[in-house]
Amino acid sequence: MSDTLLEVRDLKKHFPVMKGIIFQKPIGWVKAVDGVSYTINAGETLGLVGESGCGKTTTSKLILLLERPTSGSILFRGRDIQTLQSTETKTYRRGVQAVFQDPFSSLNPRIRVGDIIAEPLVVNEALPKAEVKERVQELLRLVGLNPSAVNLFPHEFSGGQRQRIAIARALSLNPSLIVLDEPVSALDVSIRAQIMNLLLDLQQQLGLSYLLIAHDLAAVLHLSTNIVVMYLGKIVEMGTSDELRHKPLHPYTQALFSAALPAHPDEQREEIIITGEVPSPLNPPSGCRFHPRCPFAMPACSEVEPVLRSTANGHQVACHLYNEPS
Amino acid sequence: MAQPLLELKQLRTYFVSAKGTRVVKAVDGVSFTLDEGETLGVVGESGSGKTVTSLSILRLLPAAARIVGGEIWFAGENLLTKSEREMQHVRGSQITMILQDPLMSLNPLFTIGEQIAEPLRIHRGMHGSGLAERVKDLLRNVRIPSPEVRMREYPHQMSGGMRQRIVGAICISCEPRLLIADEPTTSLDVTIQAQYLQLLKDIQKRSGLAMIFITHNIGIVAKMCDKVAVMYAGKLVERAPVREIFNKPAHPYTEALLNAMPKLTDKTERLWSIEGQPPDLANLPPGCPFSPRCPKAEERCHREVPPEFQVGENHYTRCWLWER
Repeated sequence: MSDTLLEVRDLKKHFPVMKGIIFQKPIGWVKAVDGVSYTINAGETLGLVGESGCGKTTTSKLILLLERPTSGSILFRGRDIQTLQSTETKTYRRGVQAVFQDPFSSLNPRIRVGDIIAEPLVVNEALPKAEVKERVQELLRLVGLNPSAVNLFPHEFSGGQRQRIAIARALSLNPSLIVLDEPVSALDVSIRAQIMNLLLDLQQQLGLSYLLIAHDLAAVLHLSTNIVVMYLGKIVEMGTSDELRHKPLHPYTQALFSAALPAHPDEQREEIIITGEVPSPLNPPSGCRFHPRCPFAMPACSEVEPVLRSTANGHQVACHLYNEPS
Repeated sequence: MAQPLLELKQLRTYFVSAKGTRVVKAVDGVSFTLDEGETLGVVGESGSGKTVTSLSILRLLPAAARIVGGEIWFAGENLLTKSEREMQHVRGSQITMILQDPLMSLNPLFTIGEQIAEPLRIHRGMHGSGLAERVKDLLRNVRIPSPEVRMREYPHQMSGGMRQRIVGAICISCEPRLLIADEPTTSLDVTIQAQYLQLLKDIQKRSGLAMIFITHNIGIVAKMCDKVAVMYAGKLVERAPVREIFNKPAHPYTEALLNAMPKLTDKTERLWSIEGQPPDLANLPPGCPFSPRCPKAEERCHREVPPEFQVGENHYTRCWLWER
């Protein structure tokens, strides 16, 4: 149906835990991302959901080439980004941009907005000054800001406007994929809706793909085509957002839905409040990593690690509850 | 009718610049009541005056802020006429507060046992093994496993959710009658947030404590609160029982807030967004502060500040649309 833009295959990132000051040696490994595979199609949004420490941000760093994976590969338009030549890496970096959570720290306070947005253009494309200026004004209009803003500094804008500036900067090189790391969670409620609508409009206009990382389930469902739920470095469930919304299968996903806040005081929900906290990734539980907190845990869960298997409609889940009885 | 536990009457807290030239009306004429065992949700965006309202109740305002008018009645006494010494007795034993970031509200140099014991020693004069027992009980109450070990540990040895539960234990240690929670769960993960909210509910059920929840998250209000006060630019624009707010929002701002939230249960095509930015408090428009962003604003809204109109039983709003 649609073309695959980015494919992640069995991606792993393990961070060593060192001991000693001079003669350092690893005493353990934090498996931040441990065998994750998914694809992002052109023009679609993939939502990554999970709690802190589940590996969402590490995944995004790997895709942005800010970290090298321990094993596994990331294919962009069919080519492994680890094996690219330096000029090709540059092209890849232009095609993949990022917008971060906090627009107060992602914009340099000493640089004027026009220069912030123009910087990627100046670095990557030898454009004449007049053209850069024109492009900056066009970008500002695109994200709903007044083109006269070019000479102002970031502190003269509110949080929502700053996030628009960050989006304009990400768009300046016509990328095909934007990594959105919690793009709305630092913003006020009334501004959140504005930015979410802007992101959807831009996607439609420019045919962008997004990798959306967030913990607000309702916002992820609203923005995404497909959703990946991660827990302690592993994918526990993935599927289209409609599938997940109506039929969450994994107990962890169900707990996330149950823990999400209601939209109305009379809204009835199945109460699955899971106990305990996310265990340390240094020493993850055996078998299914969720079993110590899982209300449906069986003896097998602590011994055998469940694999991701497909159910209906492209929905995949890693849980022994859905295994065929053998 | 019984007297409410807390009653704010036309509270006004202003920030005044050093030379007195600039005045920011952070809280401008806020009134509400709260009964024993009730939970009030104060909702609004940053800069709407939610936090300054709660700090005014505790009289813990920053130096530039002054309470310039109004009354705060708590258990039959006006808190604004109390001396600093008397206020110290109220804080921590009668009214307590949970702040957003537990790492900032706990002292990294003291064990959590010492920190939970401090209000008990000061307000209740407890000491020795009785005090230690009480600390252990409190830790058990907020579901900290193996309290004997944990009370000798420091805040950095705990996770975010546990730290916030310890703050909760400090807050309920002297059995206060009012607990103010200022964005208590924003720094917590979703499943931990659900646990924490459940814990606060259980504590309330057991002790009949009144709570004020300060939040920008309408979902927390739907889950936790009995009544709601919506603030915008220092003004209380609407107050009502929680179901009234969700079923019949009277103020256009409340309506917009409810519609700006994506729903978990069904797909909304497009979110209803409020255009524009919240106003600058030092430079408010004449008339209703929401009028520049309001889709229903009439000519009059831009000129005159609306008074509070009654819309239903216990339901009030500041909007000219409701003038009869």
